[in-house]
Amino acid sequence: MLGPGLRVLARAVRDEPAMFTFGVLGSALFAVMTVASAYVVGAVVGRVAVPSFAAHHVAAGGLALGAAAILAVAILKVVGIFGRRLGAGRMQFNLEARYRRQVTRRYLDLPVAWHQKHATGTLLSNANADVEASWYPIAPFPFAVGALVMLVAAVVSLFLVDWVLALVGLALFPLLFGVNVLFSRAIAPRVARAQQLRAEVSAVAHESFDGALVVKTMGREEAETRRFAERSEALRDAMISVGRVRGMFDPVLDGLPSLGTLAVLVVGGLRMRAGAIGVSDVVSVSFLFTVLGFPVTAIGYLLGELPRSAAGWERVSRVLGATGEMDYGAAHRTGTGPAVLRFDGVSYGYEGGPEVLHDVTFEVPAGRTVALVGPTGSGKSTIGSLAVRLVDPWAGTVSLDGRDLRTLAADALSRATALVPQIPFVFDDTVRGNVTLGRHGIGDAEVWSALRLAQADGFVAALPESVGTHVGERGATLSGGQRQRLTLARALAGNPGVLVLDDATSAVDPRVEAAILDSLRSAGGTVLVIAYRRATIALADEVVYLEQGRVLARGTHAELLATVPGYAALVTAYDEARA
Amino acid sequence: MSGTEAGAGHGAWNTLRRGLALSPRLRRGLPVTVALGLVGTLGKVLVPVAVQQGLDHGLRAAGGPDLHRVVQIVSVTAAMLVVTVICQYWMNVRLYIASESSLADVRTGTFRHIHDLSTLHQQAQRRGSLVSRVTTDIDQVSQFLQHGGVAVLLSVCQVLVTTAVMLAYSWVLTLVVYLSFAPMVFAVRWFQRRLTVLYADVRVAVGAMLAAIAESVVGATVIRAYGIRDRTAGRIDETIEANRRSRYRSQRLAVFGSQFGELSAAVATASVVVVGVLLGVGGPGGLGQPLTVGRITAFLFLVVLFVQPVQLVSEVMNEVQNAIAGWRRVLDIQDTEPDVADPGFAGVPLPEGPLDVRFDAVSFAYPGGPEVLSTVDFQIPARQRVAVVGETGSGKTTLAKLLTRLMDPTQGEVRLGGHPLTGVRFDSLRQRVVMVPQDGFLFDATVADNVRFGRPDLTDEQVRAAFARLGLADWLAALPAGLATRVGERGEALSVGERQLVALARAYVADPDLLVLDEATSAVDPATEVRLQRTLDTVTRGRTTVAIAHRLSTAEGADEVIVVDRGRIVQRGPHASLLADADSVYAKLYASWLEQTRSA
Repeated sequence: MLGPGLRVLARAVRDEPAMFTFGVLGSALFAVMTVASAYVVGAVVGRVAVPSFAAHHVAAGGLALGAAAILAVAILKVVGIFGRRLGAGRMQFNLEARYRRQVTRRYLDLPVAWHQKHATGTLLSNANADVEASWYPIAPFPFAVGALVMLVAAVVSLFLVDWVLALVGLALFPLLFGVNVLFSRAIAPRVARAQQLRAEVSAVAHESFDGALVVKTMGREEAETRRFAERSEALRDAMISVGRVRGMFDPVLDGLPSLGTLAVLVVGGLRMRAGAIGVSDVVSVSFLFTVLGFPVTAIGYLLGELPRSAAGWERVSRVLGATGEMDYGAAHRTGTGPAVLRFDGVSYGYEGGPEVLHDVTFEVPAGRTVALVGPTGSGKSTIGSLAVRLVDPWAGTVSLDGRDLRTLAADALSRATALVPQIPFVFDDTVRGNVTLGRHGIGDAEVWSALRLAQADGFVAALPESVGTHVGERGATLSGGQRQRLTLARALAGNPGVLVLDDATSAVDPRVEAAILDSLRSAGGTVLVIAYRRATIALADEVVYLEQGRVLARGTHAELLATVPGYAALVTAYDEARA
Repeated sequence: MSGTEAGAGHGAWNTLRRGLALSPRLRRGLPVTVALGLVGTLGKVLVPVAVQQGLDHGLRAAGGPDLHRVVQIVSVTAAMLVVTVICQYWMNVRLYIASESSLADVRTGTFRHIHDLSTLHQQAQRRGSLVSRVTTDIDQVSQFLQHGGVAVLLSVCQVLVTTAVMLAYSWVLTLVVYLSFAPMVFAVRWFQRRLTVLYADVRVAVGAMLAAIAESVVGATVIRAYGIRDRTAGRIDETIEANRRSRYRSQRLAVFGSQFGELSAAVATASVVVVGVLLGVGGPGGLGQPLTVGRITAFLFLVVLFVQPVQLVSEVMNEVQNAIAGWRRVLDIQDTEPDVADPGFAGVPLPEGPLDVRFDAVSFAYPGGPEVLSTVDFQIPARQRVAVVGETGSGKTTLAKLLTRLMDPTQGEVRLGGHPLTGVRFDSLRQRVVMVPQDGFLFDATVADNVRFGRPDLTDEQVRAAFARLGLADWLAALPAGLATRVGERGEALSVGERQLVALARAYVADPDLLVLDEATSAVDPATEVRLQRTLDTVTRGRTTVAIAHRLSTAEGADEVIVVDRGRIVQRGPHASLLADADSVYAKLYASWLEQTRSA
């Protein structure tokens, strides 16, 4: 049960050996000084106070020495605490930062297909809560190691004092240790269940608030609240069950050393009567048991946290071990002008699902515009993803200027292609930052010319700080149409060899859209456009008509209109309605 | 909110008091719990007293160690110790039950309250932060109540009980101990003020880090398409590093601060020994109280008990502040009055049958913004099918939101069936008036479950029949698992247009008397849209329908068209008559629509 948790600790030590050593040294110093403080107190009482009281005369030198010893031990103890806590803190925070970097690096390297299978909330909690849980036991770790040192030092010192008193310690210490282990065993499954329920509570809240508008408009607040309350009550019960165990642990761990102290009084009395030890020894040992209790609980806390840490690490390592990132080639495009995009016998399906595209073949010649038309759910957006290699086909090839996309280097690929998705994604950055995305060679002049092409220059110029204006998280300060035009400008600014527009102007007013299409046409790039609107289709040199994942027909708009009934029905739907 | 957080010291008590008031179950039985805690802490002073008694009357008894006496003292103490352990356990369990039960109530209550807030408030708060209100914020309070809260409570008890025992032994030495700890009190206060600032920094850093990571996950597609992995990684790394630094800084200060306790304890121990021995041996019996070796020794034990609480309190400071901050955020939500409130039993249900709609001089402005609707007047007779058209930003979506009472007008009144909307009970309103929003949000469930979201009693057959009546039987049949197809998180396993189809079916089965469509089919292909339009015409016959339309095909088939331009109604009437004026807003909109869609 503790095995996986201990392996996480071992990894922590391997990753941060310096900070670990620092913390353990501090903790050991603290441990030794804690034991020492008991003997100093014992000595001061036995060697200074008792004789002084007996002689009715204060031994001033001894008293001063005793006081100085108490202070000196305390100062060393504080030094130890600094080492222990600062070492542990640094170790914990370094580990968190290190694995957050690794996890987020995986997020950036794993393909879109992987992302599609993992919920946003889960990925966020992997990078945040799970990393934190993995390294949470690091805080008490050096302390617990120090506590072990302390137990050993205590036993050794006890034997130096008196072997009979040492037996009391030998009985007590394993008992303390055993209680700690028992506790961690009992608490682990309960904590794991509470963690699980906590995630479920969060998931219900997430979904319910995301769909708040639907909940509200359909008056389902009560039902949603019941759904939430059910999870929240299960969490409550799980936490109470954790509490029953934890509530037992603390008092028992507190009480055991006290019982030890009491035993010392009895056994100490016996030994004093036998003349084996003096008062100072009894005081030392009973004080030792008193100061020992607290550090020993660190062992329990460490062991208690291990299962949670192991569970967190398990989720983190699932991300770190995930594979499937795309391999990129080394090839670069020759030239920078409009490219030829070609699909050759391409089939594709989402992982674990059926094939959704079957043997798709078409070409977008350099400098031409091809419109992809088809009913809802026919696979148009999937073709868009394939065209910029967000996903790889199951069979067939997608190529650019005759080169298989898979042979292109990553940077060459992203320079050569640009996709403007249906739902625009805007970064929490300035307008300028959102257009350039830090790419080289895009200065303000290029930004403005891209904004002009996308018909976005007007509203951007009216923003308080023009292109320097921050647009907020997900571009919250912009309207849907503005966000679409901004993402379009982003695509145009890179001057890509192929531009893929996936219904990218759906939230833009018809008149503005017409202007955008005009300017695209005059710019003369290679464009694959997914659209329904007649005006958009009219811009195309050729139309590819798609139905249920198959290319049903290719040709000019007029040809398809005359020969393909499905196509005609789709594009003349409004005329029919008007008729 | 960050403004109030910065002044965490100020009003912290107020927050705590109000937080406790919010959870009445927390206070129920609190006196018993505190009493148990007091008895529990007595266990701590038992040992020093036993040591004193054992030393003075047993081990150092005149005439050699009196073992019989020692055994007596030890047995009595051990028995009492067991009782105190049981009391502590009992107290802990009571606290767990009380805190978890009351917080579960707060959690659910806050969840409900968030749903009661208007869409305006729900949007102003980021979704993620709303989730925190019912999860991590409350977890922090629970963590505090069970860990820090107990520690603080017990610590106060422990200081009181320890002081009482000290005073019983020697008021002089008690004074010595208090004086030794006096400087620490000032130091701790200074540290806490600094810590408050640093902990606030940590919270900001965590927020920035989470935002950066979220962007990399949600924007995964864009990041790949533009090859900006390194730039994104750089941005994330900066926030991770800032987070690491801020956490280490606050921890370092906390460690420094707490060491005053350790040092003060050493000063107290040394002073007790020196003063105790000097007074005990030389003075007149410790100024009235005889100081013995046993009493001095007991004091040394008591000092340990005295310093523990102080240590603990400084260690849980962060928890206390997190809990207060968490509690405050929960209170902030609870304090936000639902500005669109359900009149409840004071309200009236809507009259039976189809509903007519009336806008009386309605104006609306978002808080701090310009007017988006200005004195809008119109009436829609029952059973009419009306299309509302206009350019983006003209105010047509606002009109839909006012009509369904997702928001209330800043001026004027909306009436349904003759009743002012503000006086209509929500259960009646939500049942009779249904809006299909543009964003067809779906829950992570099957297609069937999503459709019967508002009518959980519907069978699969009834759901299937609904799709058939909407002319969507073919589409349904083409889904991998038909009605049982899972739609994924937010419906993302379906295309945007498909999500809209399910959302439409969901509204249709709710069987409303007033159906409001807010660009509900904007991502559906034209053929399907036109087909839907026709079937909607038939299935909604006999009800009132208001369709906010971006595509003018909707307007062509409507009984009447309302044209909105810059927050005002500029035209209304049947499609054909509106076209008569070639210079009108509608005529221009229609011309550009025709140009876009005409096939030949």
